[in-house]
Amino acid sequence: MRTFNEADLLSLFSALRWTVVLVALALACGGPLALMLALMRSSRIAPLRWLAAGILQLVQGVPLLGLLMFFYFGMPVFLGVEVPALVAVGVAFTAYTAVFLGEIWRGGIQAVKQTQWEAAACLGLTRWQQFRYVIAPQAFRMALPPTVGFLVQLIKNTSLASVVGFVELARAGQMASAATFQPLLVYSVVAAIYFALCLPLTVWSRKLEARLNGAR
Amino acid sequence: MALVEIRDVHKSFGSVEVLKGITLDVEKGDIVTIIGRSGSGKSTLLRCINALETIDRGEIRIEGERIAADMPNLRQLRQRVGIVFQAFNLFPHLTVERNITLAPVLTGKVPKEKARDLALDVLARVGLADKIDAWPEQLSGGQQQRVAIARCLAMSPHLMLFDEVTSALDPELVGEVLKVMEDMARQGMTMILVTHEMGFARTVATKLVFMHQGRVWEQGNPAELFADPKTPELKNFISSVK
Repeated sequence: MRTFNEADLLSLFSALRWTVVLVALALACGGPLALMLALMRSSRIAPLRWLAAGILQLVQGVPLLGLLMFFYFGMPVFLGVEVPALVAVGVAFTAYTAVFLGEIWRGGIQAVKQTQWEAAACLGLTRWQQFRYVIAPQAFRMALPPTVGFLVQLIKNTSLASVVGFVELARAGQMASAATFQPLLVYSVVAAIYFALCLPLTVWSRKLEARLNGAR
Repeated sequence: MALVEIRDVHKSFGSVEVLKGITLDVEKGDIVTIIGRSGSGKSTLLRCINALETIDRGEIRIEGERIAADMPNLRQLRQRVGIVFQAFNLFPHLTVERNITLAPVLTGKVPKEKARDLALDVLARVGLADKIDAWPEQLSGGQQQRVAIARCLAMSPHLMLFDEVTSALDPELVGEVLKVMEDMARQGMTMILVTHEMGFARTVATKLVFMHQGRVWEQGNPAELFADPKTPELKNFISSVK
């Protein structure tokens, strides 16, 4: 048996890279999908609203752990090919991000008064220009705090990827703990790293909110 | 050909028929005030004119062009027909300048580098050139409404619609907005107003339309109608708002 040392710490930081990759992947792929779902849910075309609502019910009704299992074990079965764990986990987090962020953004969009759409339409703007220049900036301002809140949740929830063997921060912590038999110490360090990752986000969010409010 | 031709327009919300066969002509340069009790269909008629509401029957033509919510060049039409709302509806996240220049720049009416000059020009017409860099929430209600008028003027409209634009203002702020509208009237702008400002209807308007129960109940010269209303409904209405 050995004690927790610099090498373990380095391996935690090395695994942290994969946590960041997962979050970036989820945001990069899930963000645009979230916007699409939010627009579909706010659409004047009923079938689009129904489709988005169906996707939402389906994904929101399944725990993230279930999504991870489904894509990790299901993709090889349904696609007939082995996929790297990063892909399976990435798809699960993308779906998770798309629906939850989509709902947050839909709330932001719908919180902007209908009269703002009307005023923009009456000036001869296209529907997209109305959204891009009038609705989205106001919706963004309202949706910012819950969006950052979700981002913090997302960072912490990447730890669930460890259950399918994906070596991110939590999984690296498990391995270091098993090797050193110092779970309290190891998981405290892991928790501190998560905290250090999330804290700047919430601070930045508060500053951004204050700046945006000041700009009115 | 009248600038605005409204022919037998019907509009219902659910089972409630709000407009019951409106026919009305507005000539170029006319200042038409529409008066009537709440629920008489005044605002709905105004919203139908620039297709914010779809009509069920009849037709509305502006400069000969038939209006419909699904017409392909609705945006071009709306650039020619300005509407000012009771609640101003300025964009709170944009400065006064950007509120005014957003549409002219995006629709290609004015190049970006000339946008500020345009904003200054229209703001000067409503007496607010010094507020160009202000945010909407820094302005009084009357000033916000004048910016909303300037925002419409920046699109060089052929017709302006005003939907109870002074109703949400404190009494002491009403005058400054009415003055801007009087100036516009003097400059020959064609305007249709839904209003409770009887003074304006009496002295500035060229035509008065009294709506009652979804119909044009009486219309004609404002001075004549105020002096000699033909129907008891208009008579009652005039005495109730005096």
